[in-house]
Amino acid sequence: MNKTYYSKLIFELSRPGRVGYSLPKNEFEGYSLVQLGATQSRQTKTLLPECDELTVVRHYTNMSNNNFGVDTGFYPLGSCTMKYNPKLNEELCQLPGFNIHPMTPAKYAQGSLKLYDEVQKTLAEIAGLSRFTLNPYAGAHGELTGLMVIRQYHMSRGDVARTKIIVPDSAHGTNPASAAVCGLQIVEVKSLADGTVDVEALKPLLGPDIAGMMMTNPNTLGLFETKIPEIARLVHECGGLMYYDGANLNPMLGVCRPGDMGFDVMHINLHKTFSTPHGGGGPGSGPVGVRKGLEEFLPNPKPLSNSPEGEGLYLRCEESSLGYISFFLGNFGIIIRAYAYLLSLGKENIPMAGKLSVLNANYIKESLRSHYELPIDTVCKHEFVFDGLREEYGGDHHSPEHVTTLDVAKRLLDYGFHAPTIYFPLLFHEALMIEPTETESKETLDDFIAVMKKIAEEAKADPQLLKTAPHDTPVRRMDDVKAVKEPKFTFKAL
Amino acid sequence: MAKVIEGLYYAESHEYVRVEGEYGYIGITDYAQDQLGNVVYVDMPEVDDEVTAGEEFGAVESVKAASDLFSPVSGTVVEVNEALEDEPELINKDAFANWIIKVELSDKSELDKLMDAAAYEAICK
Amino acid sequence: MMEKDMQTAKHSTPLLREGQGGGVAFKYFPHTADDIQQMLDVIGVRSLDELYAEIPEEIKLHRELNLPSEKSEEEVRSIIQGLAAQNKPLTCFAGAGSYDHYTPSVVPFIASRSEFSTSYTPYQAEISQGTLQYIFEYQTLMADLTSMDISNASMYDGTTATAEAMMMCVAAAKKRNRVLISQTIQPAVLAVCKTYARFHGIDLVEVPEKDGLMDKEAACQLIEADDVAGLIVGQPNRYGLIEDFTGMADLCHEHKALLAINTMASALAVLKTPGEWGADIACGDAQSLGIPMGYGGPYIGYLCTKEALVRKMPGRLVGATTDADGRRTFVLTMQAREQHIRREKATSNICTAQGFMCLYVACYLSLMGPKGMHEVNEQSYASAHYLHDELLKTGKFEKVFDAPFLNEFTLRYKGDAKKLRETLAEEGYLLGVPTLYKPDCLTIASTERRTKQEIDNMVDIIKDLKI
Repeated sequence: MNKTYYSKLIFELSRPGRVGYSLPKNEFEGYSLVQLGATQSRQTKTLLPECDELTVVRHYTNMSNNNFGVDTGFYPLGSCTMKYNPKLNEELCQLPGFNIHPMTPAKYAQGSLKLYDEVQKTLAEIAGLSRFTLNPYAGAHGELTGLMVIRQYHMSRGDVARTKIIVPDSAHGTNPASAAVCGLQIVEVKSLADGTVDVEALKPLLGPDIAGMMMTNPNTLGLFETKIPEIARLVHECGGLMYYDGANLNPMLGVCRPGDMGFDVMHINLHKTFSTPHGGGGPGSGPVGVRKGLEEFLPNPKPLSNSPEGEGLYLRCEESSLGYISFFLGNFGIIIRAYAYLLSLGKENIPMAGKLSVLNANYIKESLRSHYELPIDTVCKHEFVFDGLREEYGGDHHSPEHVTTLDVAKRLLDYGFHAPTIYFPLLFHEALMIEPTETESKETLDDFIAVMKKIAEEAKADPQLLKTAPHDTPVRRMDDVKAVKEPKFTFKAL
Repeated sequence: MAKVIEGLYYAESHEYVRVEGEYGYIGITDYAQDQLGNVVYVDMPEVDDEVTAGEEFGAVESVKAASDLFSPVSGTVVEVNEALEDEPELINKDAFANWIIKVELSDKSELDKLMDAAAYEAICK
Repeated sequence: MMEKDMQTAKHSTPLLREGQGGGVAFKYFPHTADDIQQMLDVIGVRSLDELYAEIPEEIKLHRELNLPSEKSEEEVRSIIQGLAAQNKPLTCFAGAGSYDHYTPSVVPFIASRSEFSTSYTPYQAEISQGTLQYIFEYQTLMADLTSMDISNASMYDGTTATAEAMMMCVAAAKKRNRVLISQTIQPAVLAVCKTYARFHGIDLVEVPEKDGLMDKEAACQLIEADDVAGLIVGQPNRYGLIEDFTGMADLCHEHKALLAINTMASALAVLKTPGEWGADIACGDAQSLGIPMGYGGPYIGYLCTKEALVRKMPGRLVGATTDADGRRTFVLTMQAREQHIRREKATSNICTAQGFMCLYVACYLSLMGPKGMHEVNEQSYASAHYLHDELLKTGKFEKVFDAPFLNEFTLRYKGDAKKLRETLAEEGYLLGVPTLYKPDCLTIASTERRTKQEIDNMVDIIKDLKI
C-alpha cells in the first residue's frame, strides 16, 4: 500500500456545474415534479458534490491506496477468518441473469431459487443438520435468527418460561447482545483455567427456565471443547437447545460437524468460512441451520421444492415460522459467491481448508512461543491467543512501562502486516489473537514469524520505538479521545 | 495506588456515598476511574428520578469501555452534577470531589450494608 | 480393537492427494508436501489428523462429505451461468422496496477494487483510512439527504434499519414500551418490525389507514395516551402515495415520543425530508441509490438521527480526529455503545459495517450530484405518471386513491389482476406487485430506466387482453 496519505474528501473536489452521470432525454411531456406542492417537496438544498467522472474515479482510486486488504498482505485477524477471496466468485455474482426484482414470480426465478436450494443443502451436509435458511444478512443477524428459532420452538410447545440463555464468559460480545435483542436474559457460565467451559459450574444453572446454551467450538481461544457431548446432553436433558456460533467453523470442516457434536441450531458466516469478501465490514451473510424437527420455525419466506402449481421451486410462508427477518431472501449476491467457492473446493478440498488452517495456526504458535507468552499450552485449532510479550521482552504486565499488545500491533503495521485481533478474548490482559487461515503460504508465515521476533527484540532494546509506532503507514496513531469528546460525524461538522 | 477516603460508604461495584444530613452524594471511586481510563461521557438520570439500592442509574463511558453505575442507596435524585456534561474528565482529575448525583436518602439503614474505607481498600488490592 | 478402529478412521480420508508438486495441489492452497512436513516437524506431530487428536472419536465424521467433487474454473462458471440462464429477467414495473434504477458504470468498477473489498471493519485506522474516509463521506451524504445530524454505517437493509429505529425509540424512552407503526408502511418493513417487536418485548401497535394514507386522527389519539415511545411512518407509503406528516413531530414531542420516518432513499432528494418534517430518526433502504435489485440483496439500510440521540444509535460510526502528526484522519468512534464492549447492554447486536455498500452509495451520489438526483426523480415521476394515465386510458383500470404519488401508484384492475400479472410476465413484463389485502389491485412503479416505447408496448398488449 501507498505510504502517502491521500486526505481529500469528495466534497472538497466539488465544483458547481460539473456532472458525473448521463441520462437519456426525458421523453414524457407534461409531467413534472413541480406538480407536487410545497408541503410535499424538499425545501433545503442538498450538499451533494458536483464532480466529473474522472475526478470521482481518481478520488476513490487514491483513497484505496490508503487501505490494506487480504489482497495487499497477510491479515491474521483472529476470529475473522481472513482467507483469500477468489476472483471467479466476483465475476459470477455479477451475471445479468441474477439481477432480477425480488417479486419476480418464482417461475421466472428458478435459477436463483435452485442456487439457493443447492447452497442450503450443501451447508446442511457440512453442518450435519437438516435445513438452512440463507435469509439472515450477517453473523449477528444469524445469531438473532437462530435464537428466535429456539424461542419459537419453546413457545410452540407452550413452554413459555424458558427465557434464559447460557453463554460462556469467554464468548464474543455479540452472543449476549443478540440474546438481549431476542428478549432473552443472559446467564454466564465460567471457564476453567484452560479456557474451556466448566461443566461443574454449568450443572447448577440448568433448569426449566433455560431456553438453551450458546457456544462456539473451537472456542474463542481456538481450543476444542472436548466435553461437548456431555454439555449437549446436560442442556438437552434440562429441555434446552444447543446453539452453535459458526464464527470458528473453518477448522472443523469435514472433520467434526456441529450437528454431530450435539448442536441443534447454528449460523455460518459465509464471509468467514466460505470466502466471500469482508467488504470493509459488510455485507456478510449468516445462514442459519437447524436439526430435523425445527425446520418449520425458520424465517419466511422459504424456497421449497415441489411447487404445488407444478414443477420447480416455489416460495412459501408458513404460519409456524418465527416470521420475517429480512426484506427477502438475504444477501443473494453473497450467496452466489459462496456457491462458486463450495463448487470449486468440492468434497476433497473443503476438509483440507480446515486442516491447513489448523496447521498454519499451530506452526505460528510453536514458532513464536519463545518470544510471546502462551497462556494455554496445547494443540490449537485455527487460531490461538498469546498474552502479550514474554517478560524478558518487556511484556511484564505489572510494570507500568511494559510494552503492550497495542504497541506490538501498531509496530506490525510498519512491517506490512495487518495486526491480529487484540484485547479479545477478555480472559487475558494483553490478548493477541492470531488466525492465519489456509490460504497463506509457509513463506508468508515465516516472514511474519521473523517480524514478530524482531519486534520482540525491539521491545527489549528500544520500547519507545514500539510505543510511538506505526511510523511507516499513511497516517500515525489517532487521537481516539478527541474523536469521542469532540464528535464530528459529517463533513459539515468539520 | 488508588486513593480511598475515610468517612465515605463504599459499594462493591465501586461507587461511594458521601452522606450530609438527609442527602447522599454518589460518585465512582478513584480506583474505578483509574480502571476505566479517560472518561468521555457520563450518562446521568434526571432530577426527581427514583434510584434503588443495587440498581442501575446511569453509566460512565471511556474510549474503549463503558461501565454501568449502580446506586449504593435508594432515594430521589435532587441534583445531578451538570459540570460533568461538558467536562466528564473531572472524574479522572478527582473522583471524590466530582460526585455524579445527589440523592435524598429514603432509607438510611441501607448504609449499614456498605463498606467503610478500610474494607473497600482491601477489595481493591 | 479400539486402537485399530481409530487407525482405520484416520486413514479414511487421504491426507495428501497426488498433485504435480506432491502437495495438496489446489489453487487456493499454497502448501507443498515439503512445507507440510516441515511445519508438522516444528509442531511435533506426525500428521494433519494428529492435530485433531483431542476430539472424541464418536463425534468425528468418519466419511467423506456427501458433496460433488472439486470443479475447475470453467466447470464452475458453466454451472452458475446455467443457473443464471434459468432466470427470466422481466422489464421491471415493480417496486415495493426494490427499484430498477440506472447505475453508472464507475460505481461497480470502483466498489470492486480489492483494496476496499478484501479489507474488514477498519479496526487498525492507520492502514484503513480508505474505508474510514468513504464511510465518513457516506455518513455526510445520508445525513444531508435526510436533513439529520448524523448517520451510522451499519444497517443491513431498510426493514432491519426500521426495526433498529423501533428499538431505539424504546431505549431512548427508558420506561415506555409501546411503539406505533403506520399500517401504510411497506409490507416487508411492517413484517420485520413485527418479528423484532415480538421477540424484543415491544408492544407494537398498528395505526390504521384511511383512504390509502395513515389515519392521522387515530395516530393522534394513540399518542395522546402518553405511553408511546415512538411513531414509525413510511414515505412514500405502501401504495406509493405521498403522506402528509404536518403536525406529527410536534405532537410526538409534546408527548415525549420520537418520530421515525422511513423514506425510499432516492426520493429524499426531492420530497420533504425527515429532518424537515421534524423527525428524530430517519431510516430506510438505500437500494434506490443505484444498487442493483439483485433478487433482494445485498442492499444497505440507512439510519440517521439527531446528535442528542447518538448514544442510543446502533452500529458503527466513523468520526474525524487527528493523528500524532496533527493530520485530519478518521476512526471508528463511540464504540462504548457497541456489542463488543457493552455485551448484552449494547444498543444493538449489530457488528456489520456495511462498507462495500456504503462505498457503492457514496460513489453513486458523488457522480449523480444534486442535478442527477433531481433528474432521476423527475424522469421517474414522469414515466410513472405517464404509465398511470395510459393504463387508465385503456378503460380496464380505475383509480383507488386521490393522494399524489412519486414513482409508484396503485390501481384497481377491472378484470382478474392476478391473471393480468401472470399473462404480462409471459410477455416479458413485471407489472407491479399484488397489493396486500386488495386482491383486485396492483402497486406499480417506474423509474428513469423505463422508456416510452416499453410503456407503450406493454399498454398495447393490455389493451388487447380479454382477462
